[in-house]
Amino acid sequence: MSTTTPLEATTDRRAPLFKRLPVISHFNKSVGLQRGMLVVGLVLTGVFLLTAIFAPLLAPYGFAQLSDADGSFPTQQPPGGKHPLGTTVGGYDVLSRVIWGSQTAILVIVVAVVLSIFAGVILGLVSGYLGGWLDRVLVVVADAIYAFPSLLVAIVMAIVISGGESSLFGGVLAAAISITVVFIPQYFRVIRAETIRLKAEPFVESAKVVGASSIRIMGRHIYRNATRTLPLIFTLNASEAILTLAGLGFLGFGIEPSSAAEWGFDLNKALADTTSGIWWTGVFPGLAIVWTVLGLTLVGESINDLNDPRLRGRKRAGNKGGPDTAAAAQAAISADVRSS
Amino acid sequence: MTTLIEAPPSDADGLLPTKKKKSGGGLGQYLLIRFLLIFPTIFILVTMVFFLMRITGDPITAALGGRLPPEQLQERIHAAGYDRPLPVQYFEYLGQLVTGNFGTTLSDNRKVTEMLTTYGSATLELTINALIVALLVGIPFGMIAAHRRDHLPDAVLRVFAILCYATPVFFAGLLLKLTFAVWLGWLPVAGRAKTSSELALTGLQAPTGIYWVDALRSGNMAALGDVMAHAVLPAMALGLLTAGIFLRLVRTNVIGTLGRDYIEAGRSRGVSEFRLVTKHAYKPALIPIITVMGLQIAVMLGGAVLTETTFEWKGLGFQLANYLTARDFVAVQGIVVLLAVIVAVTNFIVDIVAALIDPRVRY
Repeated sequence: MSTTTPLEATTDRRAPLFKRLPVISHFNKSVGLQRGMLVVGLVLTGVFLLTAIFAPLLAPYGFAQLSDADGSFPTQQPPGGKHPLGTTVGGYDVLSRVIWGSQTAILVIVVAVVLSIFAGVILGLVSGYLGGWLDRVLVVVADAIYAFPSLLVAIVMAIVISGGESSLFGGVLAAAISITVVFIPQYFRVIRAETIRLKAEPFVESAKVVGASSIRIMGRHIYRNATRTLPLIFTLNASEAILTLAGLGFLGFGIEPSSAAEWGFDLNKALADTTSGIWWTGVFPGLAIVWTVLGLTLVGESINDLNDPRLRGRKRAGNKGGPDTAAAAQAAISADVRSS
Repeated sequence: MTTLIEAPPSDADGLLPTKKKKSGGGLGQYLLIRFLLIFPTIFILVTMVFFLMRITGDPITAALGGRLPPEQLQERIHAAGYDRPLPVQYFEYLGQLVTGNFGTTLSDNRKVTEMLTTYGSATLELTINALIVALLVGIPFGMIAAHRRDHLPDAVLRVFAILCYATPVFFAGLLLKLTFAVWLGWLPVAGRAKTSSELALTGLQAPTGIYWVDALRSGNMAALGDVMAHAVLPAMALGLLTAGIFLRLVRTNVIGTLGRDYIEAGRSRGVSEFRLVTKHAYKPALIPIITVMGLQIAVMLGGAVLTETTFEWKGLGFQLANYLTARDFVAVQGIVVLLAVIVAVTNFIVDIVAALIDPRVRY
């Protein structure tokens, strides 16, 4: 459990650079309840990451394994004995699938968020800096996608990618790209808003006077400044990515059980079990989702609070949760707890 | 603690070009522009959905490919006109949409419009019920959290709100089902009503399709009880998700207004703390709640798809999942377009309400 906290304690004492690293500097700034939330979030996320990394060592069986040396696994066996969390109706070991599922989740998060940051940042920079009709069109399109239930966008994309032909990319990539399309508008909005603000700054004007090209101004001067809020959006989007992936899997649009373990898909299969009182097939994958989303959300929210001086708690005059006049980054993620 | 619940994004950073243009202009002009904005939104979504769904091929091959011999498949594709150039099909599709013709589903051969009206009412009922749960839980708890800020109740409620967000609706639904339907046996496991109550309601003149309204109108108390019992768990599963968001929103905004001078003035005049929170501080906090409520409709529709699947609630989401499995993309497209229209119209209504309440929004 204490995987992350001692690690920070040691890094704190080293070079000052470490103190300036995102999460560590936030940790030092935090007090009281806020520090508690950050620590809990870090621990939950840390356990999730370690589970994903060491899945091959931790999982007693493979995610698609149906038998071992003693013969095939029993089906719908209650927790205990050889299968600490029981087995599913298909004879999979629940514990193994929960553990392997963390790997799938990480893979999808990383691919989805990296792709959407890449596309969103470029589009946002170009749109915000150049303006004009291109900007108008991109804003309207992004708004349209943004206003729409993200799960439905993901479903449409899943159909496009893996619906017609049999999966060319593989389930993970299909799920990741579906989620990417949902997130691009968010990054786009944040970066665009920042770019428009920065465009009017003196340092951009002086770069223009010196004769820097548009590409150079966008790539060097604005890019550096506009992307400061991205780590925050990353953590918040990571939790959303997990929920979207699980939602897709729950509707049967995820990843085949033989190619990878996916929590949402397992929950879908567990639905029929609940009526007969079989709880272990659904409860454990579900708890895994809650665990991961909770951890990522706590980290993201704490960082957000600590970045905002009005929300940051102080040792004496507690000033948590003041009125919210949103910064651009917050506004863009806002209200958009895209459920699953 | 605020990122999940900000005020609407479009206003804060002035992304909507139309808003910047209006320097003068009255309420009428504002509403007109907002109204006209509905159409590009719907148009873009319809266009995107159409082309995306067709990139992978025609709907008939997707639905029936492999089950019919190739010649027959070709025949049906030709009969339905799916072998013509895509732009021709697109403009024909747009024309049909304008006249309210959504086509015929491939898997069960029904008119899409008829399918939408049949199942739409069930989804509407679920969304209304869930919204009631969300408001009943979110607003009072949000006020308590704001009032007891940084104390134990606040901490507990904030954790509760985050848990609400972190729990996928289908998992919440599964847990509720296990606890209240399977173990305790208090409530039915799934569905919208018993067959007997459904039969009792079919005879009604001009049914709304919202079962508890129909049951109330028919005066059949047994059916009403049954319908209510079926509605509780799905409404809770979907409502709690939104309740967490409302709770945080109410909390943050009430805290914001509690710091104002007029609250201090009220306190010095001897207004009770309860009244200060529930009346004085709460009212100005309403505007962001209304805006977010509108945005939450989109989220809830997404959640409804999953909730309906969990509880076999025969609405649009349940059907959507079925049509997805059947690869019936004509039906899927119909449902997606309808939801796009609902989202766009809801956003418009939210804008109107916000403008009527707060004149500053218009400028």
